[in-house]
Amino acid sequence: MATNITKSDELLGLDRDALVEMLRWMILGRRFEERCGEMYQVGEIGGFCHLYIGQEAVAVGALTPLRKDDYVITAYRDHVHGLLCGMDPGRIMAELFGRVAGCSKGKGGSMHLFDPAVGFMGGHAIVGGHLPLAVGIGYAIRYRETDQVCVCFLGDSVANIGAFNESLNMAALFQLPVVFVIENNQYGMGTAVHRAAAIENLADRACAYSGMQGWTIDGMDVLEVRGTIEMAIDRARTHKLPSLIEAKTYRFVGHSMSDPNYGHYRTKEEVSQFKSHDDPIKRFIERLVKRQVISAADLDSLEQEVKKILDDSVEFAKSSPIPQPDDLYSDIYTGEFPGIRRRDPWR
Amino acid sequence: MASRIVMSKLSPTMEEGRVLKWVKQEGESVDSGDVVVEIETDKATMEVEAMGSGVLRKVLVEENATVPTGTLLGVIAAEDEDISSILQEAAPAAAATTAPATESGARAALPDQPASPARAGDGGRIKASPLARRMASQSGIRLDQVRGSGPGGRIIKRDIEAAMGAGLAAPTAAPATPAPEIEYDIPYQRVELSQLRKAIARNLVQSLGPIPHFFLTREIDMGEVLKLRAELNDALLESGVRIGVNDILVKTAAQALTEHPDVNAAFAGDHIRRFTRVDIGIAVAVPDGLITPVLRDVAHMRLREISEASREMIARARDRKLAPEEYQGATFTISNLGMYGVDEFTAVINPPAATILAVGATQERPVVVDGAVEIRPRMRVTLSCDHRAVDGAMGAEFLATFAAMLENPLRQLL
Amino acid sequence: MALITYRDALNQALREEMRRDPDIFLIGEEVGAYQGAYKVSRGLLEEFGEWRVRDMPIAELGFTGLGVGAAMVGLRPIVEYMTWSFALLAIDGIVNAAAKLRYMSGGQFKMPITFRGPSGAANQLAATHSQALEAWYAHVPGLKVVAPATARDAKGLLKSAIRDENPVVFLEGELLYGMKAEVPEDEDFTLPLGVSDVKRPGDDVTIVVHSRPVHSALRATEILEREDGISAELIDPRTLRPMDIDTILDSVRRTNRCVIVEEGWPFCGIGAQIVDDIQREAFDYLDAPVARVTGADAPHPYAGNLEQLHFPQAEYIVKAARRVCYRE
Repeated sequence: MATNITKSDELLGLDRDALVEMLRWMILGRRFEERCGEMYQVGEIGGFCHLYIGQEAVAVGALTPLRKDDYVITAYRDHVHGLLCGMDPGRIMAELFGRVAGCSKGKGGSMHLFDPAVGFMGGHAIVGGHLPLAVGIGYAIRYRETDQVCVCFLGDSVANIGAFNESLNMAALFQLPVVFVIENNQYGMGTAVHRAAAIENLADRACAYSGMQGWTIDGMDVLEVRGTIEMAIDRARTHKLPSLIEAKTYRFVGHSMSDPNYGHYRTKEEVSQFKSHDDPIKRFIERLVKRQVISAADLDSLEQEVKKILDDSVEFAKSSPIPQPDDLYSDIYTGEFPGIRRRDPWR
Repeated sequence: MASRIVMSKLSPTMEEGRVLKWVKQEGESVDSGDVVVEIETDKATMEVEAMGSGVLRKVLVEENATVPTGTLLGVIAAEDEDISSILQEAAPAAAATTAPATESGARAALPDQPASPARAGDGGRIKASPLARRMASQSGIRLDQVRGSGPGGRIIKRDIEAAMGAGLAAPTAAPATPAPEIEYDIPYQRVELSQLRKAIARNLVQSLGPIPHFFLTREIDMGEVLKLRAELNDALLESGVRIGVNDILVKTAAQALTEHPDVNAAFAGDHIRRFTRVDIGIAVAVPDGLITPVLRDVAHMRLREISEASREMIARARDRKLAPEEYQGATFTISNLGMYGVDEFTAVINPPAATILAVGATQERPVVVDGAVEIRPRMRVTLSCDHRAVDGAMGAEFLATFAAMLENPLRQLL
Repeated sequence: MALITYRDALNQALREEMRRDPDIFLIGEEVGAYQGAYKVSRGLLEEFGEWRVRDMPIAELGFTGLGVGAAMVGLRPIVEYMTWSFALLAIDGIVNAAAKLRYMSGGQFKMPITFRGPSGAANQLAATHSQALEAWYAHVPGLKVVAPATARDAKGLLKSAIRDENPVVFLEGELLYGMKAEVPEDEDFTLPLGVSDVKRPGDDVTIVVHSRPVHSALRATEILEREDGISAELIDPRTLRPMDIDTILDSVRRTNRCVIVEEGWPFCGIGAQIVDDIQREAFDYLDAPVARVTGADAPHPYAGNLEQLHFPQAEYIVKAARRVCYRE
């Protein structure tokens, strides 16, 4: 059942440190992506690069309440999720630069970040392909009888793919501790949600699965996201029940660095409207200032702190060498794979 | 309108022809129907008539050169006509084998031979399995001497194995291509192969194996030889030298060969070697085989020298003491099995010679002499001939001389 | 040793490995309560319980990913498909996820997962249920592909596949399940992946064949011996990726001739790859072009006579061997 929870004016009872930490993550996420866009434009980053600008409240609200041993899995717009899991910003930047110091040694790139050591299970670029994996992680948690949870982010377009039904059905059927978080940024690339999904609130689909709770929430309100996910995490950790949260948000940039921000599929005015009236970071700052949790000076020092992290990460990435030719054939299998270069006498 | 003069295929088996004589010279005017050039095919000499009128603008193949059928020999065209395109397409014709009748044997005006010789008549590459190519290369077998038994004539493993089994000097088929080099230090006169001779060589080898043998048998009256031998041995009694019948046969053969030099010869692929010295091999049975000590320049040896030398060499042959040069390179060989009571037999030619004489036992036989039956000592000999070099009549004439000399030894004094 | 069926050999392998390692679990359609669509998992639910032998909804993409996700966090899943034709719905999980996660993560993941089930034709199941798709999977770096032809190979290789740290596509033969062979009962019996098996030694021609056509090829070798005096060597690579090509090349260098047999379609088939390896590494040893005998280049028909015509029959193998031996 999709229900809206009450707007949390009480700051969820979080103390100042926790609130500042959330803000810090949001600013880091925003600035990190801005720096990525800059690095993409100067050619340090190649390929497809999907930025998270505008959606920060979802990942920050959803991931700050997690335990270190919980699992997170997402799609290709994954930089900020990786950061929130505790991945080193320098290693993410180095990965985007295609360097050996990258988290995947330069072989995964922007869409395939991984760091299982901090519970970040990727970074998956086939739309819908990672939902079954989340179910498997949930199955493993039950199999081992631990109380971990798995949070699985997905885009709005995934609600229409076969794997969505197969995965949610199995999560409910086997009672798996998986929280599915739909980041509904209103467009699957250039297709508006209402043009792809025959339902208004995607979380309403939770009612198709026994034991699954659904919420459609304001994904621009980081505290609403956090408050909702805490309920979902508790259901998972304590009761082994899956949940489906739809966080309505908005992407302030194009689908990827290679795509236009607006044009045929959405207007410039629409984008401007969201940016000026519904920026999750602005909203959170206003609230914290209004409640006198932070001051302008705090903000300034947060920005300075974040800038230092980003400068260091770019510096780290630039200082890392590019992969060796032999790395082309490494990490395909564990152990020796006989004759792997046998049919390739040329390079 | 330019017209081409080409080496026409004038018989089903003709693959190449020789330009004998240009009847018209470059620059000479030609009317349609004029004889322009004479060519020699494998069967005959033919006159080639002009198919158009004009001037013989270009002669592309010189006299005496042999070229494959289809080769452009010359061009007849109007005086000012552009014939460059015709000449261009004829460029490959430069690969003609000219065969001047000179001792040098060099192939005149010949560009670099292609690395892998094309199979005659195929016009294309030799088809062979990769394995067959490798085996051939390792064993020194030329693929153009091997007939492929696989699909489309592909040479395959079994063909190379067969070629190896036949010996390196005996590929399964050796069309008019050079036989393995024959290099013995025997002086010879080079005789160019006529087209007819080439055709005989090509055809016979295909029907009879590496050396196409034929055999001529003749019975010879040995009465005079035996009488002579007795007299000579009486005369030599004190010297300890004993003349054998075989010694007389060797001496007589040398004399006869001197009179018939075309039998003292060898087939050498693109020519025949007519040896100008007679070196006679004497087949000697040794415990595990056969060896042929060779007496050099026998025509200039006296009978007594022959007897002594052969006895000495035969003894050393039985002791395995002969050096290779002492048992290789006979121009003629005598194999005598008479001591075993063999009446007659045929012998296999011992290269490089083109002939071998098989001698049977001398036996008392009834023969008709002047209308009455007499008992006479008779001996049958069989001459094996390499048909590529020696024809039946040539061999028969040699045998006739040989027999006459034995039946009338005094004739040798002539 | 005991004379048991291919089906029971697989059952033994599963049971022994699951007893050995509690991280191993089996999922698939009808693997539990029903005892397996082909009874390969008979008795396992009773012994290991529902978390280790779990019936799946008919959702191949979903439960394939379930296995991959579990392997990402260290479990050792065995994913059974009722037939490999159904796994076409799951190929994203196998090719995009299982095969690539290690590479894309720079070696951060192991992927100890086994995908298994019957492959190839059965009896008159027609086009969607009768496919030999090993070439598809063998094409993909990151996967290993195994296709055993006998009960002994099935047991030894499945145990090795389960113990492997890499994703293994394990293709059983629907028509092989009932075939019997002597199989070691020893729990430590395994057969290494990536090692060819010379199923019959010979001198005149090398026949390379895997999976069910191994049995047709064995019949062909008998006919060749009896009627033609041709001594054929039969090599079963068993593992198609990584393939033990050296055993094949050594044989071809000796026999100089080769016939490659498979049930799958001819274009871009397993045999096409072996031909390439041979021409690249044993070119100078070939006395004849390599011949291939494959399934027909057509979807699999229903009618019994057409189906038989589709298979790489012993008769065709005999013809091919004669041709490469120039004995037609």
